[in-house]
Amino acid sequence: MKTIIKPDTDLKFIDLTEVIKFKELIYIFAWRDISVKYKQSMIGVGWVILQPLATMIIFSYFFGKISKIPSQGISYSVFVLTGLVFWGLFSNIVSHSSNSMVDNENIIKKVYFPKIIIPFSSIISSLPDFCINLVVLFIFAAINRAEISPYSLIYIFVGFIITSIFALGFGLILSATNVRFRDVRYALPFVLQVLMYTSPIIFPLNIISKSNQLIIALNPLSSAIDTARHSFMSNQALEPVYLLISATSATFIVILGLLYFQKTQKFFSDIV
Amino acid sequence: MNQSIISARGVSKMFIIGNKKPYYTLRETISEYVKNLFAKKKITKFWALKKVSFDIKQGEMVGMIGGNGAGKSTMLKILSRITPPTEGKIEINGRITSLLEVGTGFHPELTGKENIFFNGCLLGMTTKEIREKFNDIVEFAGIDKFIDTPVKKYSSGMYVRLAFSVAAHLESEILLIDEVLAVGDTEFQKKCIGKIDDVTKKGRTVIFVSHNMALIKSLCKRCLLLKDGKIIFDGETDKAINKYLESYKTGSNALIDRKDRLGNKNAMVTKIDIVNLTHKNLQFRMGDSIMVRLHYVNRIHKDIKRILVGITIKNQMGIRLFIQHNKLSGDKITLNADGGVLACTLPGLPLIAGRYYITYSFLEHEALGGDYIDSIENAVSFDVEEADYFGTGELPHPEHGLYLMKGKWTQLKKD
Repeated sequence: MKTIIKPDTDLKFIDLTEVIKFKELIYIFAWRDISVKYKQSMIGVGWVILQPLATMIIFSYFFGKISKIPSQGISYSVFVLTGLVFWGLFSNIVSHSSNSMVDNENIIKKVYFPKIIIPFSSIISSLPDFCINLVVLFIFAAINRAEISPYSLIYIFVGFIITSIFALGFGLILSATNVRFRDVRYALPFVLQVLMYTSPIIFPLNIISKSNQLIIALNPLSSAIDTARHSFMSNQALEPVYLLISATSATFIVILGLLYFQKTQKFFSDIV
Repeated sequence: MNQSIISARGVSKMFIIGNKKPYYTLRETISEYVKNLFAKKKITKFWALKKVSFDIKQGEMVGMIGGNGAGKSTMLKILSRITPPTEGKIEINGRITSLLEVGTGFHPELTGKENIFFNGCLLGMTTKEIREKFNDIVEFAGIDKFIDTPVKKYSSGMYVRLAFSVAAHLESEILLIDEVLAVGDTEFQKKCIGKIDDVTKKGRTVIFVSHNMALIKSLCKRCLLLKDGKIIFDGETDKAINKYLESYKTGSNALIDRKDRLGNKNAMVTKIDIVNLTHKNLQFRMGDSIMVRLHYVNRIHKDIKRILVGITIKNQMGIRLFIQHNKLSGDKITLNADGGVLACTLPGLPLIAGRYYITYSFLEHEALGGDYIDSIENAVSFDVEEADYFGTGELPHPEHGLYLMKGKWTQLKKD
């Protein structure tokens, strides 16, 4: 094996062959984060279910029952819980990856590996929570007599891919920025809150005007959540235009994130 | 066997040191930016390494020595690809692993077993390799009973042993080791050194950074001596060590040129050296007795009677740890007309490992408020290294106190 070390000046895209060489490390990071997360917590995995369920109950009461926000013909609780499960996945990946460089400062400064592995691993470490919540969602939908579409797994999968690509891109940009500016840590809760209320989690896409729908579709979460909701709306067809817009914008963000991360990462160990 | 496994050509590394503090928040950056629009921008460039070139052959065990800030750690960081060089090129023919710290990524909540896997993977082992060597690692560390206990419950000795053990089982063609062997009990250190020795006999290449000259001498035939970012000597270990110790001495000569003196300069300290009374070498370990010698010249060529002479010791944070002057010790001191040497003996340094600075003062009339004759703040520095101070192989965490204090714990009968 031959390695050449020289000044890192030319702009290049992320070296995927190297990431693949270190792929085990991605799992190891994810596995560490998962096992650390629930050690010493009393109800452990219970927290995973509790959060979306409690929020769902509150939202169903205020937005569904009192404000009577329409829910595309399905029960509002199922409607909002679907949104919350995907939102949970998104905010997990984003908050985890945006702090990943700072939290692992001591490792970055002492060992060499492609640093992008840590943000990558946050997708995997968010998977168990997401899967548990999906099971809860389907059980809840079945209890509520929602009609589960035969294509539901495809819908959920498409929703997952778009959400995690968007979250990764967003997380990469934030994590690289966080190395220089610790503002990210303080700004993140606020940004996430704004994003949550502008994503169609508590409301359906079709209550806003056609032209605004196109703008909202730029937020990849809109289509991700809308597609996932079709699992319980067998009688309604998907809008491919919105899906295309969202998928394009998610891809754009992830490429931007990868480029920005790659450009800045070589000096992380000097300035963290 | 004669082919170079590492060849470095003209490697330089520059750091930009901010004129004040590194920016941490956006607000500060913006305000700094606005300020800098009007003020002349002061960027201090610091070259940690300047055009360093060397070749290392397969199977060599090379030591790297030099004072603090000589560029040793930067060199290791570049070799291990943690940070890129600013100029130059290095060719490496083989898998390289670096051990810059013991127990990198150890997580206190994880068990010993889990940490072995995480740490091993970080250092470049595959999980398959770790599984194969798992029993060896545990046995080497001697902690088989506690392997399923979270490491936060480990004693510091156990923790270090486990961390070492993982590192000792790395299999790569090139191994970079930084100062990590300084911790841990001496018994275990020997075991690790034996292991590293085995490793080189099997044809692996090791680059070893340490302040421990005895260790370097016993392990390495060849040494690189760095000073101010340059290699000033490359060759036999004995010669390198001598050169290094010499450069230490010349370092304190520069005291004559110091402009930051206080006082009327009727007498001036021209040189300070520190002698280790416990071990006859120039390094200081915890608990060693030292003698600080102030070489002075008398410029008025008349005895200056009844002066107050004192030294204070500060740590790297600038905290004054203690003062020792001749009024405290009850000694009467006169500065001789033809100069001389004043010595202060400090028995059994109770200081934790780190760098310390000596400030000295000569005052007239044996009074603390008297006029200064001569004084230099932070005139010289010295490093204290870890040692088995308590005879138990244990040391307190550096954040738990600035001093070491011997003690004894017993159970007393209830009264």
